[in-house]
Amino acid sequence: MLEICDLNAGYDDMPVLKSLSLSIVEGEVLSIVGNNGAGKSTLLKAISGLVRSTGSISFRGTRINGLKPHAIVQKGIVHVPEGRKIFPEMTVDENLTMGAFLNPKEYRRHLDMVFSLFPRLSERRKQLGGTMSGGEQQMLAIARGLMGSPKLLMLDEPSLGLSPLFTESVFSSIGEISRSGVTVLLVEQNVCQSLEASDRGYVMETGSIVLSGTGRELIENPQVKRAFLGM
Amino acid sequence: MLFFQSLISGILTGGVYALAAMGMSLVFGVMNISNFAHGELMMLGMYLAYYLFILFNIDPFIALLIIMPLTFGFGYAVEKTMIGRVIDHPSENQILLTVGFGLIMSNTALLAFTSDPKILTTSYSSSSISLPGDISVSIPMLLSFIITCALTAALYLFLAKTKTGMALRATSQNREAAQLMGIDVSRMSSIAFGTGTLLAASAGAMIAQTYYIDPFAGHTFLLKSFTICVLGGLGSVIGAAVGGIVIGLVEAMSSAYLSTDWKDVVVFVLFLAILLLRPRGLFGRKGEQ
Ligand SMILES: Nc1ncnc2c1ncn2[C@@H]1O[C@H](COP(=O)(O)OP(=O)(O)OP(=O)(O)O)[C@@H](O)[C@H]1O
Ligand SMILES: [Mg+2]
Repeated sequence: MLEICDLNAGYDDMPVLKSLSLSIVEGEVLSIVGNNGAGKSTLLKAISGLVRSTGSISFRGTRINGLKPHAIVQKGIVHVPEGRKIFPEMTVDENLTMGAFLNPKEYRRHLDMVFSLFPRLSERRKQLGGTMSGGEQQMLAIARGLMGSPKLLMLDEPSLGLSPLFTESVFSSIGEISRSGVTVLLVEQNVCQSLEASDRGYVMETGSIVLSGTGRELIENPQVKRAFLGM
Repeated sequence: MLFFQSLISGILTGGVYALAAMGMSLVFGVMNISNFAHGELMMLGMYLAYYLFILFNIDPFIALLIIMPLTFGFGYAVEKTMIGRVIDHPSENQILLTVGFGLIMSNTALLAFTSDPKILTTSYSSSSISLPGDISVSIPMLLSFIITCALTAALYLFLAKTKTGMALRATSQNREAAQLMGIDVSRMSSIAFGTGTLLAASAGAMIAQTYYIDPFAGHTFLLKSFTICVLGGLGSVIGAAVGGIVIGLVEAMSSAYLSTDWKDVVVFVLFLAILLLRPRGLFGRKGEQ
């Protein structure tokens, strides 16, 4: 579904991604794990067009790098950024409306869907985004992303700063989202949990992919165990 | 009665300040650029009103119907061709560009219209309504206040209810997230700058009967608009509306009770005091940023 080939990207003069290649298969949950500063968020930004890149990113056969971010969203790639980035002075409802900016026609159907996924949001519809708790903001960020009816949903550290209970519920909603037919690209610090929830995974180190395999294979890989699981 | 007279004229003048400052605030919020050419955009509105009246005998308030779309288009184009190019640049570059753009505008006006101040006089320019207690209310100022209220309400509804207005707010609250929603933020910048230009020029057109019109007539309003934006919380449009009235009142009261010469000093001192005491302004943003 998404093919990345020989991708280079970075900020100003600092290269971050170095001839990175990977592919995402329709319908799967794919994890990318790696240390802080490895370039995971930069990779997602390159895919969603926030960061310029050279090399090729193609989505369902058409090249998308070089397109403006809004054109990439239009193609069905939705990026839920690290740190939530909800609109603090908009209500929950307004945040969700913004999520559906490009397909307002499906608004009702998607709204019912995200409220059944995150019932807590339906109790807080008039609350300002900025006044919600961290976990609620994370739910809102994911829900807002889903309102755009993504074909590929990219989640950057959705469990960041969440209690184990909330993390659990975020992971179970990722499962539900995947079952509803959305392909999910997941970037996580929570290595064990995210690999368990994934069909496949990649390990990233200083801007390149160093390992890949099924979720299970990676969890059992001694290199991964040493680097991320402290074993 | 001096108090009530100052109260009324303060509110009326404040309305015009508010209109100009709302435009600046909108631009600042959406684009994160301080527009130092804002005063010149007001000057543009003043000259447009003047010449539409002189050449075509169009009343300055009716002329708004022409001035608003015209200046919106002008601002939109200026953003697309110039200001939008520096949106990711350091703020020094942005300041240089808007200052430079302002200089080009005022000097073009100087060449085209000379530095002789023009006076726009309509049949009702100096008419006023007398209220009990020797209070007089200038008709042009009253009209401009009423129109300002209507424009403010329209702007509020636009930002609160329409899809484009909401997208403008989203862009101002988090530009990156707005892009990820599929909002074309460069188009939003053009719309914000166009709207800001429209508001500044409308304010200019409405005070064209009250102030001398010259190429540098906008200058005094630039500092005022900044003060109001800081007072109301940078980027907050409603804050700017309230801030405008506050500054109008402060000026009127200090002219009445201190001296006219002191009013600018008082405003400037207030500006510094807010920066020191309440840098986020009265309606400063909560949450992020
Ligand atoms: N806006 C930016 N400007 C300059 N450098 C940046 C910017 N954002 C990230 N970087 C740098 O790029 C490198 C990769 O950052 P990135 O955010 O992609 O890492 P990450 O893998 O997501 O890390 P983390 O797990 O901590 O989120 C880092 O060295 C970082 O300092
Ligand atoms: Mg990151």
